Amino acid sequence: MRSSLSPRARLLLGIMSFCLPIMVWAAVSYIPFLWHPQVLITDPGQVDYFQPGMRVGAGVFADELKSARDQHQKLPTGIPANPIYLPAPHEVLMAFYTAFTTPPATAGGPWLHQSLWHSIQVIFWGFVISSAIGVPLGVMCGASLAVSRLAEPFIEFFRYLPAPAFGPLCIAILGIYDGPKVAIIVIGTLFQQVLIIANSTRKLDPALVEAALTLGTKRLQLLWRVVVPGIMADIYRDQRILLGWAWTYLIVAELIGTVSGITWFITQQARYQHFATMYAAIFMIGIIGLGCDLVLAWLGRRLFPWDRSLTGAR
Amino acid sequence: MDDMMLPSYLAQDPQVRARFAKLKARDVMLSVKGLTKSFKGANGQSETVALKGIDFDTHRREFLCIVGPSGCGKSTLIRILAGLETQNEGQLLVDGKPVKGPGRDRGMVFQGYTLFPWLTVHKNVMFGLQVNGAGRSTAEREAAQWLDLIGLEKFADAYPHQLSGGMKQRVAIARALANQPRVLLMDEPFGALDAQTRARMQAYLLEIWRKIDITIVFITHDLDEAIYLADRILVLKPHPGEVQEMIEVPVPRPRSMAQGITPEFLATKARLEELIHSEHGGADETGEDSYPAIARLVAVDDDVE
Repeated sequence: MRSSLSPRARLLLGIMSFCLPIMVWAAVSYIPFLWHPQVLITDPGQVDYFQPGMRVGAGVFADELKSARDQHQKLPTGIPANPIYLPAPHEVLMAFYTAFTTPPATAGGPWLHQSLWHSIQVIFWGFVISSAIGVPLGVMCGASLAVSRLAEPFIEFFRYLPAPAFGPLCIAILGIYDGPKVAIIVIGTLFQQVLIIANSTRKLDPALVEAALTLGTKRLQLLWRVVVPGIMADIYRDQRILLGWAWTYLIVAELIGTVSGITWFITQQARYQHFATMYAAIFMIGIIGLGCDLVLAWLGRRLFPWDRSLTGAR
Repeated sequence: MDDMMLPSYLAQDPQVRARFAKLKARDVMLSVKGLTKSFKGANGQSETVALKGIDFDTHRREFLCIVGPSGCGKSTLIRILAGLETQNEGQLLVDGKPVKGPGRDRGMVFQGYTLFPWLTVHKNVMFGLQVNGAGRSTAEREAAQWLDLIGLEKFADAYPHQLSGGMKQRVAIARALANQPRVLLMDEPFGALDAQTRARMQAYLLEIWRKIDITIVFITHDLDEAIYLADRILVLKPHPGEVQEMIEVPVPRPRSMAQGITPEFLATKARLEELIHSEHGGADETGEDSYPAIARLVAVDDDVE
């Protein structure tokens, strides 16, 4: 089942994993009889409420066509179309470019790149604050039974509380701008982080600690010379997964207080029915996330050349 | 094996006797008196006695092997010697000083490869020197000398996962020796190696032992290995772990694999087997020696013997 793949096959399968969903999307968009539940009116004929560019349900159009024919009126014409919320791939692809060049709909509003940058800053600070607390606490929980028993039961409980539930509280304390958004990402990430890092720390082979002790290592040195370097590669891998976790909290976080960042951009586009642009913005989040992860994976292989689980399959 | 033809394992030729006299005249390096260790059961009530009243002395530059059936507490004993566990009763002196926890006067080589995977071979050997306060350049220089000694200078910058099992154990030995301990404790260090590599490692360990001032305490369950390596063999018996006999190996030195068929070697082995197997007969309580009857799963005429 897990026989190794040639680099060529791996690349091919990786590309396919993106191509297959896109092919399904393209098929639904470009092959008229596959779905197309609506009709895009090109000529309203004598149907009084039809307008060019209007989308009506295929059933409604058929009824109106029949009644117009029965009454010997000028017939409406239209082409099968998908709902407005499902633009075709080429439209979304174009939106990737036009989204950056189109000025904001509201005067003084942020451009797309400003929105994205704002979101990235919120994620960054949320993740940095969470890690600054979570990583040391997790390592201590993993290294010391007493700390683990003191901290982990409460953290186990707290991690089940949905982060957005703290939204109003965060607004009350931190105001309506970026403060509560960063706080939601911290709440969403931190508690999982402590438990995951603690588990990785516990997985350190105790024989390595014993070997270090027989070499004359003192208690305090043990932490810096054995425990920390021994778990560093695992923690790095955990942090990569947790960063993805933080991204998934982004949209919810940005809805709290004043809507901001990429979430503001997405809701604005949907409001004006620019669905192609909205999809482009959603995909951008995915591309930035995956791009970050690939860079971090590459960096991990450079940082931890001794870790075979990193140098092998990603 | 024909016991009638063999000499007594106690018979020593004059040369061997002289060697033992010289050995015993050297200082006592490791002294164990009345060592007792018991573990609490899972329910916290019942106690298992792992070691009871262990007494023995080891002299400077002696090669001592400890053998015994499974459950005799030999691993517990060496862990106490290393300071990784503490005894309930009894005294443990290394070079006249009582043992309190692990220390650099006792190096240890484990059966599992316990090299630090994040450090190169060179840095693994430097580890003990650095945690004991040696400067970086001193540690680098001394570690390089030890790598030379074990013939792995070409692999100085390799990571442990790039080495074979035998090479890893050589590095582990060098790492322990770099601290210049008085006693080298080895807990079945070659147990995970294949037969050929193990034979090479044994010869190589004897070579190191000849060249430097080190007392070795070596645990094994391989009787041939014990006889080939040891000056004296401490035989333990299980439940509870007690000293059964301290055997002086009558096989002359320098040792070679060819001595495996000499009368002294065979006599010693016969004695060891007698001690170890008589204690717990055929099937012991762990059930390791007994196996269930296996139903026949092949055709009637399809026999292999």
